[in-house]
Amino acid sequence: MAVLLLAEINGGELSADQTGKAVTAAKSLGDVTVLCASAGCADAAAAAAKLDGVAAVLCADDAAYGNGLAEPIADLIVSLAGDFDHIVAPATSNGKNILPRVAALLDVMVISDVTGIVSADTFERPIYAGNAVQTVQSADAKKVISIRTSGFDAAAETGSASVTSVDAAGDPGLSSWVEDKVQASDRPELTSAKVIVSGGRGVGSEENFAIIEQLADKLGAAVGASRAAVDSGFAPNDWQVGQTGKVVAPELYIAIGISGAIQHLAGMKDSKVIVAINKDEEAPIFQVADYGLVADLFDAVPALNDALG
Amino acid sequence: MKVLVPVKRVIDYNVKVRVKADGGGVDLANVKMSMNPFDEIAVEEAIRLKEAGVVSEIVAVSIGVKQNQETLRTALAMGADRAILVIAAEDVHTDIEPLAVAKLLKAIAEEEEPGLILLGKQAIDNDMNATGQMLSALLGWSQATFASELAVEGDSATVTREVDGGLQTIKVTMPAIVTVDLRLNEPRYASLPNIMKAKRKPLDEKTPADYGVDVAPRLTITKTAEPSGRAAGVIVADVAELVAKLKDEAGVI
Ligand SMILES: Cc1cc2nc3c(=O)[nH]c(=O)nc-3n(C[C@H](O)[C@H](O)[C@H](O)COP(=O)(O)OP(=O)(O)OC[C@H]3O[C@@H](n4cnc5c(N)ncnc54)[C@H](O)[C@@H]3O)c2cc1C
Ligand SMILES: Nc1ncnc2c1ncn2[C@@H]1O[C@H](COP(=O)(O)O)[C@@H](O)[C@H]1O
Repeated sequence: MAVLLLAEINGGELSADQTGKAVTAAKSLGDVTVLCASAGCADAAAAAAKLDGVAAVLCADDAAYGNGLAEPIADLIVSLAGDFDHIVAPATSNGKNILPRVAALLDVMVISDVTGIVSADTFERPIYAGNAVQTVQSADAKKVISIRTSGFDAAAETGSASVTSVDAAGDPGLSSWVEDKVQASDRPELTSAKVIVSGGRGVGSEENFAIIEQLADKLGAAVGASRAAVDSGFAPNDWQVGQTGKVVAPELYIAIGISGAIQHLAGMKDSKVIVAINKDEEAPIFQVADYGLVADLFDAVPALNDALG
Repeated sequence: MKVLVPVKRVIDYNVKVRVKADGGGVDLANVKMSMNPFDEIAVEEAIRLKEAGVVSEIVAVSIGVKQNQETLRTALAMGADRAILVIAAEDVHTDIEPLAVAKLLKAIAEEEEPGLILLGKQAIDNDMNATGQMLSALLGWSQATFASELAVEGDSATVTREVDGGLQTIKVTMPAIVTVDLRLNEPRYASLPNIMKAKRKPLDEKTPADYGVDVAPRLTITKTAEPSGRAAGVIVADVAELVAKLKDEAGVI
């Protein structure tokens, strides 16, 4: 069995974390060939070649692949698909944008957000915001699956696979890139952070979010947010954790002023240790928290900051 | 320009989902069903485009069981002009897969020739996040997923997308497929007079056979289980105790 795995590349740089976690999941399916598609993909390909479990790397270098547009990248994958039984990508916004398109072009169903690989044709995935876990068996000739990376360890960077260039597959010219607005940050990425400090509507304003950020910086943590906090303009959209935001599973998740709606829990309930700080002792977040503190966050968070020195 | 808006009938997002004891799926008998929240946003966006004079007609489409009529009536009450219901199943527990839905929508798009199809980014029941991308591939139209801003400018549209790193703006040629994210707009409630009026708007009923589409599933659901649960822990008295627990008991700081 052979697996073609689409690498997660942003701004020309490989996400070793997201790609490596997908490799860990996919290697039980067969030899993994990683596809790096980007404008000038040599560095990303070299980084992918180091991931443990990778048998080969394909590098498709073309301006059309530089900004992750779905149409040209899907066509590229389809042009390479003949040799592979499984086509895999991490379930990032890129993976989710591209893979269903690939599946439709191959006339197969896509299987999104896979959390467990049972066998070559059988997979587990959460449905209903994680309130149920479904096991599905695919009857399709090729399996096209995205991997929810939060449940897998990143591959070690000890490999040395060979890198081969492949031809670009052309650009249908349906879409063009205008701009990316990426928040530059020195903090760890949400999806790979060991500690996450998240704020909700209870934080009250964008200015108040500074105390959440302070605590995060003290802990070397990433900052997350509930949808209500994002919708209210307290925090940028890429901080949203949940069913329709990012799914995270850090060692420590601190939820502050977050009530614990199922859509939020869907994104963080697999964290190892959960702490909740909320002034309402009835808040559902306490039902999943290992440690709950019933307190006003404007007292508790500064005190926590002080206590951490 | 005509707009097509596919709307799915799903369990209401406030309902606590229960897995059937025999592992045979989620219990949908006698639970509150609603329009998929993302699809309400798609309908709202279509109405705003019509109010802005960009769109002339809004056609809502739903695929599923006979009861999806209710979902389509909601779309009509919000402001859609007419509706197409493709009855593809009898049992409310039968979920038509995104690939089959995309094939039906392709056939409908070829008949209706819309300039834009607005879908939800994901259905909150199967959480698949696939139909729009699949439809775009099958039609060979441009694709803009996870839209939080949309501006139609003649033969192209500019779409801001919510992506993992922040926001991405792309320009797509028309006709286009756009899937909408939560922050695109706040959907309106239908007023009582509009709910009454919606009862008289046209709603066509079709079957997959009318479009020559095979909706047989490609995936067999072999099991549906409760997720591994998480028990509530302890309530600590103060910040000092919390820090001590995190250091000594959990060892995470
Ligand atoms: C289709 C759909 C998808 C969704 N996807 C997501 C998603 O991905 N992620 C997500 O988070 N949500 C999502 N939601 C929204 C979700 O349903 C909730 O509305 C949201 O999570 C609530 O955010 P919150 O907990 O910050 O706000 P609230 O529910 O308003 O809770 C605020 C909490 O702060 C507490 N509080 C207030 N003041 C203080 C204080 N001074 N000190 C301490 N505590 C205080 C309150 O007691 C309360 O518990 C989605 C909803 C829908 C319909
Ligand atoms: N059975 C259906 N009927 C109408 N629209 C649907 C159906 N299934 C999916 N869709 C549309 O496709 C979107 C994404 O669904 P999914 O790919 O299943 O997550 C939904 O938000 C709807 O707009």
